[in-house]
Amino acid sequence: MRDFKPEDVIGDYKEALLALYGGLSRLVLYTDIEIPYPDGKLIVSTTDKNGIITHVNKAFVEMSGYTEDELIGSPHSILRHPDMPSVAFKDLWDTVNKGEYWQGIVKNLRKDGGYYWVKATVIPNIRNNEVVSYTSVRRKPSRTKVEDAKRLYATLK
Amino acid sequence: MPYQFTVSPDFSPDHLSGWYIFNTWLQKQLGEAVHLEMYDCFQTQKAVIESNGIDLIYANPFDAAMLVRKKGFRPLARPVGVSDEAIIAVNAESLIYDVADLSSGIKIAVTDDPDIRLMGMIMLEAGDLNLNNTIIISCDAYILVAKQLLKGNADVGVFLAEAYDGLSNIVKSKLRVIVRSEISVIHHGLMIGPKLAHRKMDILELLVGMKNNDKGQDVLKSLGFRAWDKVEDEEMEFMIDLMDALSV
Repeated sequence: MRDFKPEDVIGDYKEALLALYGGLSRLVLYTDIEIPYPDGKLIVSTTDKNGIITHVNKAFVEMSGYTEDELIGSPHSILRHPDMPSVAFKDLWDTVNKGEYWQGIVKNLRKDGGYYWVKATVIPNIRNNEVVSYTSVRRKPSRTKVEDAKRLYATLK
Repeated sequence: MPYQFTVSPDFSPDHLSGWYIFNTWLQKQLGEAVHLEMYDCFQTQKAVIESNGIDLIYANPFDAAMLVRKKGFRPLARPVGVSDEAIIAVNAESLIYDVADLSSGIKIAVTDDPDIRLMGMIMLEAGDLNLNNTIIISCDAYILVAKQLLKGNADVGVFLAEAYDGLSNIVKSKLRVIVRSEISVIHHGLMIGPKLAHRKMDILELLVGMKNNDKGQDVLKSLGFRAWDKVEDEEMEFMIDLMDALSV
């Protein structure tokens, strides 16, 4: 996965080096610009069992700022924001690997350095009694839930 | 004993006769006796499905998981360009302009259409609203949802977008949309049960070919559809996964 490029970022930015699953690391540039989650839309994506994106819908492309070609084949952690504690994603993977669904409030990082909050639900896709992939559906979170998440995540970093 | 066909009870009243025309056409083309039974509520229809009393169904996406996973149904086709979208609307004179303006205790007018009710509640969730902190007013039809708003009995109404768009201009002028969903991947579809499964390919061929002849086009028109598109098993599984994710 590519590091961020300053020319892609809009506005004043900070830098962070993220330690990602599988020993990967990524330099990200991020700003304080929040993009409001659009009313009435769902962001949908599917990943393989290793978290590599295999399908995205139009809303995913629009909100992430990446092209579909950039997203397909990338790890889902392409959206990882430095304000998200790694323990949240560990909990996500531990849960779905057991064949259960995971739900949580997530701050996602856009290609332009901005961010957007989502309520994410990740479910394992089971075919013939076997987990073959994961589907993630994101919807608009309430501001109350976002404020609760901000407070919680600040204590988990 | 004829095969049993039914249609999701949220069908548009304008197309009631269309489904009977479709069933007559299907029987003639297929050379099989098929009885069409229309149910006026989801609960009654579900009970018949549970007792293996249905062989062909134009199903609501909310019921797809049960039909596929518990009853061995398989997808056949969906109408081209038709998806289920929901609308949250208020009385035009309401001071509510955004879901965030709503607060607990509000009255929500809805029908028992399960996928639209689910989509509506998901959109209201952004305002911290759920079934535990709101009052649900159940209505038998979307026009009655509109009536609840016009009379001031309900604060918001949840509509199938197609039903809202089909309201008269006079009614719509007295209402205001605050959210319209843009999900596009949730849709009704024709599904076939185990007893009729041996005719799956024949029925599919007939459906997909309807748009290619005058008679088929007339039948499609009576349903309000342009054509049928084949639905692959995996496409249906994806929609079921999506509905599962939205239901938790």
